[in-house]
Amino acid sequence: MSGQAVATAAAPPPVARPVLRPTRVPRWALGAVLVGSLCFGIGVGLVAELSSRVQWGLIAGVLFVSTTFALTYAIEGRRLAVDRLAALLVWACFAIAVLPLAALVWETVSRGVAGISWHFLTHSMNGVLSWQSGGGVYHALLGTVQQVLIASVLALPIGLLTAIYLVEYGRGRLARAITFFVDVMTGIPSIVAGLFVLSLWIMTLGFGYSGLAGAMALAVLMMPIVVRSTEEMLKLVPEELREASLALGVPKWRTILKVVLPTAIGGITTGVMLALARIAGETAPIILLVFGNAMINANPFEGAQSSLPLYVYEQWGAGTASSYDRAWAAALVLIAFVMVLNLAARAVARWKAPRTDR
Amino acid sequence: MAKRIDVSGLTAYYGAHKAIEDITLHVEPQAVTAFIGPSGCGKSTFLRTLNRMHEVTPGGRVEGKVLLDNEDLYGPGVDPVAVRRTIGMVFQRPNPFPTMSVYENVASGLRLYGGRRMRKSELDAVVEKNLRDANLWNEVKDRLHKPGSGLSGGQQQRLCIARATAVSPDVLLMDEPCSALDPISTLAIEDLISKLKASYTIVIVTHNMQQAARVSDRTAFFNLAEVGDPGRLIEVDATAKIFSNPSVSATEDYISGRFG
Repeated sequence: MSGQAVATAAAPPPVARPVLRPTRVPRWALGAVLVGSLCFGIGVGLVAELSSRVQWGLIAGVLFVSTTFALTYAIEGRRLAVDRLAALLVWACFAIAVLPLAALVWETVSRGVAGISWHFLTHSMNGVLSWQSGGGVYHALLGTVQQVLIASVLALPIGLLTAIYLVEYGRGRLARAITFFVDVMTGIPSIVAGLFVLSLWIMTLGFGYSGLAGAMALAVLMMPIVVRSTEEMLKLVPEELREASLALGVPKWRTILKVVLPTAIGGITTGVMLALARIAGETAPIILLVFGNAMINANPFEGAQSSLPLYVYEQWGAGTASSYDRAWAAALVLIAFVMVLNLAARAVARWKAPRTDR
Repeated sequence: MAKRIDVSGLTAYYGAHKAIEDITLHVEPQAVTAFIGPSGCGKSTFLRTLNRMHEVTPGGRVEGKVLLDNEDLYGPGVDPVAVRRTIGMVFQRPNPFPTMSVYENVASGLRLYGGRRMRKSELDAVVEKNLRDANLWNEVKDRLHKPGSGLSGGQQQRLCIARATAVSPDVLLMDEPCSALDPISTLAIEDLISKLKASYTIVIVTHNMQQAARVSDRTAFFNLAEVGDPGRLIEVDATAKIFSNPSVSATEDYISGRFG
């Protein structure tokens, strides 16, 4: 055995090919392929008179991916070619996912920003006819804020406590049943939640349309999301921390309150804010239960209100130039509202998250 | 004050699985008792039955008696929270609370227990004393209000020991406290154990035979006949005797590495 080792060591094989530095496709070649593909796509589009620019892009993209793959395969071999192909496909999927989102934001901003003004944000639609310009979104913004707030007050305590029960206490059949029904609730269409509150609160108990009725339907939609996200966050808290606290002689409820919840608070906040964003855009239960109102009604417990999604729907339905402008502007206000909620959630999550800085 | 523990006929289960069977053992006060034995023989489970942490695991239950100065921990009307307050525990992996600073970690037992709030100066004194006792004060005195999770592994473990001693328990249980640490941190913790022995009853689970020989006064050897069988106490005696002249041959086989 040692003789063999000495023999191979004595006669090192001549360096036939650079093992550690294989030939690579130069970066400029990839750039050239990209430029060539784009030119080809545009050229084919112009010659064949393809009207859709998406088709131009698709042709260029497919050509770029396949040429790069072939080139890499020829020069660098199979492994690196497949690696590059996978990387390009991931990038393509990313672009496909982001493009509609960017287009949506761009469309809303470009069409809506002209309609945004101090007047728009501080006035209602009272006395403004659909073909007239002017009017505003104040009553709808107020309605959305109030309804989302009331829905949170209704849904958050129940949702958070349910999640705590499921993670910290729930064992056996009851916990499984609750998990099952929470899952079922997650799938309830918003119109069904609206019909449920309509039949119970308005038709059976005889109350009128109000922001509160809408908020109840929103709470039904919000609760399962809160339960699910909070549950996942609480499960992420290491069992060791609970045991450390219990072993100090801390009662279980204080362990949950002072150790488990603070550790998970960042994630819980994010989940709650996502649920808020989700219900802020609901239209169907609002139509059924809040009814819609062109005037400012600051009392969510009595009388019809409006809300931003409903306002957008109404203005679009009116079908005049100025109502279209108002619809886009209100859509922009709604997106901004949800965005502000999200940013606030991220800020809270970052601020509250367990720190590891040294 | 350090207290004596007398265990008799203790059997512990995880659901239907019997983890340890019929253990009878005395733990002397103001001394270090080491538990040694192969993995899965129930040392940690047994340790956790001593402060009623075993029942925190779903399906965990216990039969038999654990007397702390003649008071049965599993007797009727005994509050497990009070038991854990008397018998503290240090875990295998350092687990400081990530949301709390070094100071808050040490003070956590006192603060979270509820009831009377201590005065700030009083709490400061308790935190400083326990950090000094844990040989950690000099390293963290300038960063008391930085997160406890920012310390090194060895420092974190000493922080956890300071946290456990801050509620002034009578007994300190340590579940492989050095297994995740480097030799220098291990030495620091072993020094600490020898120092704490004066005021506490200490029980330590360890896989490190030299550590058991270095720090403990008495050693208990646990073993299991086969995987899946419950663990049993093979013998318990003065550490010097266990390591030089054990009365059961299985102990000698295990200690000298002729096991299995």
